[in-house]
Amino acid sequence: MFQNRILTLNNISKSFSGTKVLDGVTLEIEKGKVHTLMGENGAGKSTLMKILVGLLQADEGEVLLENENISGLSVHDILEKGIAMIHQEILMVPGLSVAQNIFLGKESRRFSWLNESEINAKSKEILASLKVDISPKIKIKNLSIADRQMVEIAKAISNNAKVIIMDEPTSALSDTEVKTLFEIIENLKSQGVAIIYISHKMDEIFKISDTITVLRDGKLIATNKASDLDNNTLISLMVGREISEIFPEAKTEVGKTLISVKNLSKKGVFSEINFEVKAGEVLGLAGLVGAGRSEVARAIAGLDKFDSGTIELDGSEIQINSPSDAIKLGIGFVSEDRKALGFIPQMNIRENFSLSSLLGFSKMGFVDIASETKSTQAIFEDLKVKAIGLGQKVNSLSGGNQQKVVIGKVLMSNPKVIILDEPTRGIDVGAKFEIYKLINTLKTKGLAIILISSEMPEILGLSDRILVLSKGKQMAILPKSEASQEKIMQYAVH
Amino acid sequence: MQFINTIRQYGIFLAFLIICGFLSYASSQFLTISNWTIIITQVSINALLAFGVTFVIITGGIDLSVGSIVAVAGVVAALLASQPDLPLIVPILGGLLAGLAFGLLNGFIVTKSKIAPFIVTLGIMTIGRGLALILSKGRPISNLSDAFNFIGGGDVFGIPFPIIVLFIVFIISYLLLKNTVFGRYVYAIGGNEQAAWASGINVNKIKMAVYALCGTLAGLAGILLTSRITTGQPNAGAGFELDAIAAAIIGGTSTSGGTGTIAGTLIGALLIGVINNGLDLLNVSSYYQQVIMGAIIIGAVLLDSWNQKKMAS
Repeated sequence: MFQNRILTLNNISKSFSGTKVLDGVTLEIEKGKVHTLMGENGAGKSTLMKILVGLLQADEGEVLLENENISGLSVHDILEKGIAMIHQEILMVPGLSVAQNIFLGKESRRFSWLNESEINAKSKEILASLKVDISPKIKIKNLSIADRQMVEIAKAISNNAKVIIMDEPTSALSDTEVKTLFEIIENLKSQGVAIIYISHKMDEIFKISDTITVLRDGKLIATNKASDLDNNTLISLMVGREISEIFPEAKTEVGKTLISVKNLSKKGVFSEINFEVKAGEVLGLAGLVGAGRSEVARAIAGLDKFDSGTIELDGSEIQINSPSDAIKLGIGFVSEDRKALGFIPQMNIRENFSLSSLLGFSKMGFVDIASETKSTQAIFEDLKVKAIGLGQKVNSLSGGNQQKVVIGKVLMSNPKVIILDEPTRGIDVGAKFEIYKLINTLKTKGLAIILISSEMPEILGLSDRILVLSKGKQMAILPKSEASQEKIMQYAVH
Repeated sequence: MQFINTIRQYGIFLAFLIICGFLSYASSQFLTISNWTIIITQVSINALLAFGVTFVIITGGIDLSVGSIVAVAGVVAALLASQPDLPLIVPILGGLLAGLAFGLLNGFIVTKSKIAPFIVTLGIMTIGRGLALILSKGRPISNLSDAFNFIGGGDVFGIPFPIIVLFIVFIISYLLLKNTVFGRYVYAIGGNEQAAWASGINVNKIKMAVYALCGTLAGLAGILLTSRITTGQPNAGAGFELDAIAAAIIGGTSTSGGTGTIAGTLIGALLIGVINNGLDLLNVSSYYQQVIMGAIIIGAVLLDSWNQKKMAS
């Protein structure tokens, strides 16, 4: 197999302030293959990739591209050599056109005037080779996230990339867009490009990968052919223990109706939404991206206004005009966009935990730090946040731990109803399981839970009933016993 | 966060000590009680403005109108203080209310219109200056009552009254920002306004309060200034907003919001005062002083970003 080897990372080690984050990792990447890196957040995947593209220097080890040692080269030189990275958060200039972005930094000039027509033509050619239909002249800000990603890939190809790193490329894509991306990956493979793929999504990993490497705590645990692995083996390699049940069953007594939504409508967004959720029950909201799931959730949580309909909490009708109203009444909301709406990056864990319940810790306007610390310490331990302590800043935590802080903040305001919008998006497998367990704990404590997830197994595994939305309309409410992936899709694509 | 703040303030505090050390070496007059009384008295007005501006900048905003509010509040206080028979409290309240009114106006426009605070307060700066000229008919107002003139010119047990005011306002601002729910919300809004809102914080109310506080402190500074120069000057306070912003930034307040402290701002204001004073003592022309001050502002921010990079790695 080694004659096709294009890239070797040889015995790479790296420490940050004394902690070893990579410990002698060796990877061999082959031409025309998809090599997937898996591991929990903090396993060392990102650090390894940063070393590969020159953003970080390894303490030990070397990087060989076609037998040429490229360790120590600058980001720019490594890009020139043909290693490109498609970032999780896309880095492009929104105000410039597709072509201008693709050729940013390597514009063709004619007597020092920019040669727009040439870069437009070249871009068109590259985009056509990817079989994507995007005009080179359109501005980036007018493109969907999926299309921007295609432009990123086009940019990599324009650099004659031999190795393309994709860091969670599907995290913001709909199912059809994922399909297109996978076609493009196949296309790139056939042209001999090596892909290093990072993702947390099991189903797509098995669909796309040729080889899978698992990292844990900075060490290489195993490199296998994808065809030799199955779901459970992979998970146990990652977390280092056997996973008996992915979705632990929670036996709970269903109580009285806590929230009921009647005829909720917002023009052009959703219409005639009707459901109720009882204490100790999970209602899943399923549907395609754009079906209106998050919009319904945002309206109930006071983030958006709605046109008509009523919301009853604990049997009486309530008025919600702001998130503050919803929180005071006992409706907690964990947003799908935790960076934008979830936490304050410069603040520490304690301050973020208490953000929605701070008035409960105040005496004459002053924060009672002692009682605040006591309560936040309790939830810190309950949720098993992996951090040095309450004083650590939230922007230095991994995605999974940030999510725990956001959920903890909502729980500290003592909600009766909690809405979880994509609670496991972009977080590692270990943290996902902890959140599943947490959802079950909240059930047994008698909360009413509304769960939105694009991962079908999550919705099926955790919900007692599933409400399917399509284009803003409520298509069905299926009890767990009747729900299946096929049935949900049938309603969702209606 | 606490740790980084300490380091940052420590950095600027160190710079402050080094400059003081150099000046006491260069001029024998520098390290005397009488000179320091002068420095702190002169710094007091800028520090009051800078405390208010610090709150505003931490929320992610800016207030360019404080210099004009100093003039309006000063003119209002002077008009009232030049009337015989009115008790002292009247011009004081008048000046403070004028400042509060302008602060509320800033806050109202910023929160309701979603126009950038830079633009809103730039407009209010011009309006305020015009209003000060209208109220005073463009002339200085003199013959203020002795009681009023005590505020800026008198002393208690040898300590000039402005220093006492500065000390009290410092303690209140410090506690307000560091230890209260309000202060916590101020940081939260500057750190991530959307997340603060989604967490149930009434963002508009807090922003209104912050601009109102800044305006009121500018009103207080206007009263102090008017009393010290014993005249209500419609042209007073021009350019003060820039010194106040400079003090906050030198003291470690980030213009992108979410970080900054009152103690840092006090050091920033003192640093500006000490440098002005030292350069005076060394007979450096005031033209050069401006050049040096500008370089120090940029230097302080450079030092700060350098510090942060070192912390990050």
